[in-house]
Parts: sequence; C-alpha cells; structure tokens
Amino acid sequence: MNIKALFAVLFIGIILFWAVEDMPAFGDPEAPATQYTGELYVRSVLPDIGIENIVTAILASYRGFDTLGEVVVIFTAGISVVLLLRRGERL
Amino acid sequence: MKENVVIRTISRFLVPFIQVYALYVIVHGALGAGGGFQGGVVFAASFILMIIAFDLPYVRQRFNYKWIVICSVLGVTIYATIGLLCLIPSGNYLEYGAIEAALGIPHLHGYLIDAVEVGIGITVMAAMTSIIYDISNKGGESS
Repeated sequence: MNIKALFAVLFIGIILFWAVEDMPAFGDPEAPATQYTGELYVRSVLPDIGIENIVTAILASYRGFDTLGEVVVIFTAGISVVLLLRRGERL
Repeated sequence: MKENVVIRTISRFLVPFIQVYALYVIVHGALGAGGGFQGGVVFAASFILMIIAFDLPYVRQRFNYKWIVICSVLGVTIYATIGLLCLIPSGNYLEYGAIEAALGIPHLHGYLIDAVEVGIGITVMAAMTSIIYDISNKGGESS
C-alpha cells in the first residue's frame, strides 16, 4: 500500500519536474504571458486611467464589475455566517 | 476573561497604529501595493487583536452588531453608487472615465478608484469582524 503510494508520488513528481524545463524563464520577455495582453495593459494604463499601479487599475477599473461581484460575495458570506451561527436573534 | 496587564497595554498601544496602517494601505491602493481587500483585512486584524487581549463584550461595546450591518451594507452601497454616478454623463456602468471627461477635473479617475477601494475596505472589514464575533462567541454570560 505504502509502496504504491510512494511510487505514485515519485512518478507524478518526476513528470512535474520534467515539465518545469519547458516553463519560460523568470522575467522572460518572450514568454506568452508577457507578450499579448500584459504588454497592452502596461502601455495603456497610464494614458487611459492616470494611476501608476497597474494591478489596481485592472482590478478596479478595467474589471470593475468583476470586483463589485467579489465585494458582494464577501458581503453575502458575512451575512450567511450571521444567519447560520446567530440563529433566531435579531440582526 | 482578560489577559495579563502587559498584553492589554501593548495591544491598546498597537491598535491605533494597525488601524492607521490599514487606512494607509486602502488609500495607497492607486499608487503602490495595496487595495481595499488587504486594507480591510488589516483593519479587521486590529479588532481581532482587541478580542484576544480583552474579552469579546468589551470590543462589542465599541463596535456592535448594528454598526457591523450598517458598515457592510455601506461599503457595497458606496461601490454601486459610484458605478451608478457614471451613468449620469452617459457613460457605461462603472465607467469612471465618463465622469472625468464630463467634469474636466484631472486625475478624477484615480480618486474615484480610491473611493471604490474605501467601499471595498469597509465591507471587508465589517464582514471579517462579523465572522470573528460569531465564531469566537462561546455563548454564556453577557457575550
């Protein structure tokens, strides 16, 4: 049983280490993740929005509706915990 | 159940600094690392420290359930209201650039993003504090 588990773990681990070689290097400008939309955002955040932080610009302005949904999810989670754990009391 | 006097004094000393740091993280969201989610969680951490050092009813006297509900609704309302304000100069929902173009104030887009982050921070702070209140409430005397 344990031998089989160890074998499975080693097998999957070797496959993962084998796949790491094909990953792009850290900070590689030729990597696919930095080539298309990433470069577009880096170029257009400052003229479009005028703030320096690209992450906040994407989070709050380009993906503003998504972030509104996240806030509503957190609000719903808080209300759900109140309804489940504080049963029968007034809010 | 109160903790040792050293713990109480040190945490009473630290809580304002944690809260000022949380406000800094929220307001600094448009310029550097930070944002509403992180700042709200840091602000809730100050209440968690108070609950650990003092007891739960002591903290609930200062920030009770009514204010938690008000704050958690208020944050979502700030966000949605700023989104709706963008409809007035015939922009899309949450299109802050329409307000900036209509009023002609420079950098207004960044300020609106800051206001939205404040709304996110208020909601996250209230939700986290509410969850902590409920899971640390053991029932029993006056809690």
